[in-house]
Amino acid sequence: MGAVLPGTGETYDVLIAGGGNAALCAAITAAERGARVLIAEAAPKGFRGGNSRHTRNLRTAHDAPTDMLSGSYPVVEYFDDLMRVTAGKTDERLARITVEGSADLPRWMHAHGVRFQPAISGTLSLERTNPFFLGGGKALMNAYYLTARRLGVEVIYDAEVTGLEIEDGRFAAAQVRHRGFDTRIVARAFIAASGGFQANIDWLEEAWGPAARNFLIRGTPYAKGGVLRLLLDAGFASVAEADQCHAVAIDARGPKFDGGIATRIDSVPFSIVVNREAQRFYDEGEDFWPKRYAIWGRLVARQPDQIAYSIIDAKAEELFLPSIYPPIRAQTIEGLAVALGLDATALRATVDAYNAACTAEGPFDTTTLDGRATHGLTPDKTNWARPIDQPPFTGFPLRPGITFTYLGVAVDENAAVQLAGGGPAANIYAAGEIMAGNVLGQGYLGGIGLVIGTVFGRKAGEAAARHAGR
Amino acid sequence: MLDVSNRPAGGAATLAEARRTMEICNACRYCEGFCPVFPAMELRRAFSDGDLGYLANLCHNCKGCWHACQYAPPHEWGLNLPRAFAELRAETYAEHAWPRGLGRLFERNGVAVSLATALSLAAVMILTMALRSDATLYGIHTGPGAFYAVVPWEAMVTLGGLTFGWAVIAMAIGARSYWRVSGGGAFRWAALRAALRDAGHTRHLGGGGDGCNDFDERFGMGRRHFHLATMWGFLLCFAATSAGTVMDHLLGWAAPYSWYSLPVVLGTLGGIGLTVGTAGLFAIKFLTDRAPEATSRWGMDLGLLALLHFAALTGLALLAFRHTSAMGMLLALHLGFVLALFVTLPYGKMVHGVYRLLALVRHHEEQQTR
Repeated sequence: MGAVLPGTGETYDVLIAGGGNAALCAAITAAERGARVLIAEAAPKGFRGGNSRHTRNLRTAHDAPTDMLSGSYPVVEYFDDLMRVTAGKTDERLARITVEGSADLPRWMHAHGVRFQPAISGTLSLERTNPFFLGGGKALMNAYYLTARRLGVEVIYDAEVTGLEIEDGRFAAAQVRHRGFDTRIVARAFIAASGGFQANIDWLEEAWGPAARNFLIRGTPYAKGGVLRLLLDAGFASVAEADQCHAVAIDARGPKFDGGIATRIDSVPFSIVVNREAQRFYDEGEDFWPKRYAIWGRLVARQPDQIAYSIIDAKAEELFLPSIYPPIRAQTIEGLAVALGLDATALRATVDAYNAACTAEGPFDTTTLDGRATHGLTPDKTNWARPIDQPPFTGFPLRPGITFTYLGVAVDENAAVQLAGGGPAANIYAAGEIMAGNVLGQGYLGGIGLVIGTVFGRKAGEAAARHAGR
Repeated sequence: MLDVSNRPAGGAATLAEARRTMEICNACRYCEGFCPVFPAMELRRAFSDGDLGYLANLCHNCKGCWHACQYAPPHEWGLNLPRAFAELRAETYAEHAWPRGLGRLFERNGVAVSLATALSLAAVMILTMALRSDATLYGIHTGPGAFYAVVPWEAMVTLGGLTFGWAVIAMAIGARSYWRVSGGGAFRWAALRAALRDAGHTRHLGGGGDGCNDFDERFGMGRRHFHLATMWGFLLCFAATSAGTVMDHLLGWAAPYSWYSLPVVLGTLGGIGLTVGTAGLFAIKFLTDRAPEATSRWGMDLGLLALLHFAALTGLALLAFRHTSAMGMLLALHLGFVLALFVTLPYGKMVHGVYRLLALVRHHEEQQTR
């Protein structure tokens, strides 16, 4: 593990590019079948785990309450949810494998060292659909790395796959750059589990134009899409559009990379959101936040300068989790506009029009779709609309926060990468974000990313080990 | 080696770092299943100095949150909650020490405890020799009152009583001061009962169920078991001393006692627990990953571990060799260590027991009255 040029002159059964959830699930599965596995993780040890480091839960189907989940979440309902958020842009066969495969995941994860926490209530209203692992994604990855080590999996950190020797759809060896040294690693099978390309701002700009410069990347800075590019250049089939991704609106003051969960802003449904021109642009109260948070990244991305501001008054201050950045506050709407760098007259007009349109009767209730809608606005706010009239007034600046991109390689039900002309590659597999676009053509369903990674990681590990004769 | 760059930054900086960390933790909340610190944190949106002192003492330093932290170094935010809280705990010990000026003893506590130990040992030796002849120290003494032939009964009772009495008073005053500052309200018996139950089996050294991160990202029960041995060892020794005091002073049965007597049985079990427990805790400290450790405060931890270890070890040796000529010397050594322990009780790591118990009481109180 600590050698300067590990792997040189040896033949592995399975080489895995990437060191996140999908990579480790593949490694563990392959090693359990007796395969000799090498993981090439581009990040140093302290940043290992890719975006999985920032995860916390996964969405699993279940027919009865469990230790971690209340009620039931039948496969049919899960599948419907997925069809709805993707608007049908999914490979139904793979979507079904994902959803059906999710039911077994808590058992498998627990058996491989992952610990879950008892059902919690409140934070995200996910207690029915998503079990939470204790300590979050870094603890998840620690558990998997310990299990992998016990199974004899070898790991090189700081190891980026920079070249693939592929002939007729068959992998022979990979070039790996490790602490500035290039080495050639030979393996009988290759698994690409190296994430999306969201940390590659130039590539994002190809898809989004200059707007991409204003995006924040919520996760690992190591997901530059190098292996994805190699596979696409080698002629494998791609899925999903380059501008499709899981993106949420996060605090604009967050770091460029790796801000994770702590930069989220949950005030949207209890606020009005305005753009740089102090104009509203979307129904903030369309649905519960856990069902809508995933659309706001794209909404903000389409606004001028990719910036927006969520504005609340004193009544709403305690309705959402505290942010890590100090709230921007003023005693008047005009004062707040100045503090946020907005036109004071324009913001005043927007707030006045909104307040005047808050004519709905009935109790304000954050636990239901309370139907307190505005009337006559474009767009209207359809729930939780209350006048913004009690100082102090608070604003949070929002920017698009990209979680991961969907453009990836097409795979089949065994996670085998597809040739552009059709049919699977002989010994090349993909799992995780790099192939999530097969299931997610657009939209996002909270906690499905890890399910795709785990289900297809296990499939890739099994198929790769089988191919290697294990 | 101790990391000298990791010096305590002083009160205001320690508080600021703890506050910055808690504010980020409160936006993340991934660690909420590990221990009571996070549920207590989630009841708050802002953190006063008293809140932070309370949360720091509620932390049992299991380090589960460090190994799970997506914002730990090398992340640019560089969160290190176990270390921030360990440093803040030491500040609270100093802040609530009585008399106030003696809080400074926490600044270089290892040195303070070492000096107190050396002086106590010397004092007992000199006292013994001054009050008795040299020959007494090396003679063989048996039968009832044998110990008092070496160290006079009056001297033992006076010194022990005064230092221990002082310690109890000082720690009680510190506890009262801490309770007020940390925002504790009316005292509830149900909360105390629940806190004592937690403390009795060191529940929160259980991490999320599989123990602490003793060395690295693996979980283990080592620290918990050694701490249980140390804590119960100490309590058994205390019970042994109390039983001996009652038998000797009230019932008039002069020590030493037989192997099967209550004080000797309790003291032997307690002594073994203390010796083994402190050795184990020392070994874990020596081998653990130091990144989440407040190594600048290790003098305090190691000082108490060493004192307890040698007090127990000399006590066991005294028991084993009390019928030989080594008894006089061993008795003087044992009493020297015990005296040092008593003298430093309110000005050393032992106060963690008081403040952590009170933090648990507070925690149960606020959870019960939510």
